[in-house]
Amino acid sequence: MHNLSDILTPEYVSVILLPALIAGVAVSLCASLLGVSLVLKRCSMIGDGLSHVGYGTLCVAAALGWAPMKVTIPIVILAAYILLRLSENSRLGGDTAIALFSTSALAIGIFASSKANLMTDVSHYMFGSILAMSRGDVIFCVILSICVILVYLLFYDKIFAVTFDENFARATGLNVRFYNLLIAVLTAVTVVLGMMMMGALLISSLMIFPAVTAMRLCRQFRHVVLTAVIISVSCFLLGLFLSLVVDTAIGASVIIMNLIVFAAASLIAFLRGRRAE
Amino acid sequence: MAYITCENLVLRYESLTVQKNLSFRVEKDDYLCIVGENGSGKSTLVKCLLGLKALDGGKMQFGDGLKRNEIGYLPQQSMIQRAFPASVEEVVLSGCLNGRAIHPFYTKAEKARAAEQMECLNITSLAKRCYRELSGGQQQRVLLARALCATKKLLLLDEPLTGLDPLVASELYSILQHIHDAHGIAVIMVTHDVECAVRHAKNILHIGRNESFFGSCADYEKSAVGRRFLGDSIQPEECSQCHDHGHAHPQKGAPENA
Ligand SMILES: Nc1ncnc2c1ncn2[C@@H]1O[C@H](COP(=O)(O)OP(=O)(O)OP(=O)(O)O)[C@@H](O)[C@H]1O
Ligand SMILES: [Mg+2]
Repeated sequence: MHNLSDILTPEYVSVILLPALIAGVAVSLCASLLGVSLVLKRCSMIGDGLSHVGYGTLCVAAALGWAPMKVTIPIVILAAYILLRLSENSRLGGDTAIALFSTSALAIGIFASSKANLMTDVSHYMFGSILAMSRGDVIFCVILSICVILVYLLFYDKIFAVTFDENFARATGLNVRFYNLLIAVLTAVTVVLGMMMMGALLISSLMIFPAVTAMRLCRQFRHVVLTAVIISVSCFLLGLFLSLVVDTAIGASVIIMNLIVFAAASLIAFLRGRRAE
Repeated sequence: MAYITCENLVLRYESLTVQKNLSFRVEKDDYLCIVGENGSGKSTLVKCLLGLKALDGGKMQFGDGLKRNEIGYLPQQSMIQRAFPASVEEVVLSGCLNGRAIHPFYTKAEKARAAEQMECLNITSLAKRCYRELSGGQQQRVLLARALCATKKLLLLDEPLTGLDPLVASELYSILQHIHDAHGIAVIMVTHDVECAVRHAKNILHIGRNESFFGSCADYEKSAVGRRFLGDSIQPEECSQCHDHGHAHPQKGAPENA
């Protein structure tokens, strides 16, 4: 247990904590927005698959000495496109194709980084390192998050239509393929950003948890989206606080907060159901 | 020129040819019922009309100011998942998206349009309810309101009456009749209720495994296919869903097999 006033020196707050806080809130926002679509489209696996691909790419980039984010984002976007196509056309069925594809990417990455003896360097992408992000990373993170949020808001109605009833949306002339791709691309960007902070292992649950929790509580799409955003951001803040106090990994602390909120929401939903009977 | 002109359509799934040589037209003030046994390709034809499935042959032309994405569609089976959190209002509004420029959120005009359609179908009181928690009949009305939001010209309904009790079904018939008459919207409806079809529709398209028919209701009742499908001639009283519409039943000729 830390005494908070010991760690929270003004310098620590302004140089490390505040940027991490801003980047974290931005990414949590994106993650919860896209999480709703992923859960409702029954493709939570895409988030998970992309995080594997992202981790693999980071490993390769590190082994070759490239800038990690700038290489990883385009590759993961490409992977998102391929995963969508695979799950549309594949005889194997969506999740099998995703599992094969993403674990292959992961294996290639680990192979490359162990060859270059970088396993310890890349292992912090496994668990995330929000407090170790450079100022440039933080700015990059925030700008991309804002782009994701703006695009999401711009296409909000169409994203709803496409998730709710794909055939009807297509009949009214919406380019369903484009919007599916859009969701996948936004997911890809969010996954990579989240991976820097939360780690590859935990990013997909950062997307899924708030959405699932919100769906327990709300029955309107708009309310689900708003609730998911609120849950996601507050769980991030609580998790960050917890990790400072008891000195634990941030990613894991945030997910544990999400888990607690989810359990509470399930209880509320259960009690409501009982009372209705 | 007609809204839709189809010539020698071929409908096919990989190796299975469902229909070939299908020709028909849909005029501006048409009320066309599509009938035929299960698996004869009615839903497949609907998907082709909407462009959800590619044609495997023949010609399909849209005219008279109708564009393909201006058709209001009511699916036979919507693939909407259980527990999808969406309110009635959100579902109806999602019909307003065709041909709309990119801008965030719905405009006032779109919201007014949705409210008007909900009023027309008597579901205004359900606006905030969760779509999934409604009864089948209520859900059907919501989807019809959404279809109406999507069109000012042509409704395309794939078995809108399945699972509805006779009373609700007859109500839906009169709503459709009203929409057709008052708003001048053409209707294409797939149905298994042949008796009601011949009473409400102007034209009938019968899709059979071996034989097809396209023409007016009167001709259909005289045709060999129609006689077989209609079974023994039906007296107006026997059509349970046709009562209380406040409309006259067309006079029928003498019973065929009397
Ligand atoms: N996606 C598909 N892939 C392969 N075959 C299909 C597919 N959908 C339908 N079929 C086949 O095409 C034929 C026509 O199907 P369709 O759904 O058009 O029939 P329908 O006339 O609408 O029947 P119903 O009255 O039961 O709704 C059927 O034999 C069906 O098995
Ligand atoms: Mg059908």
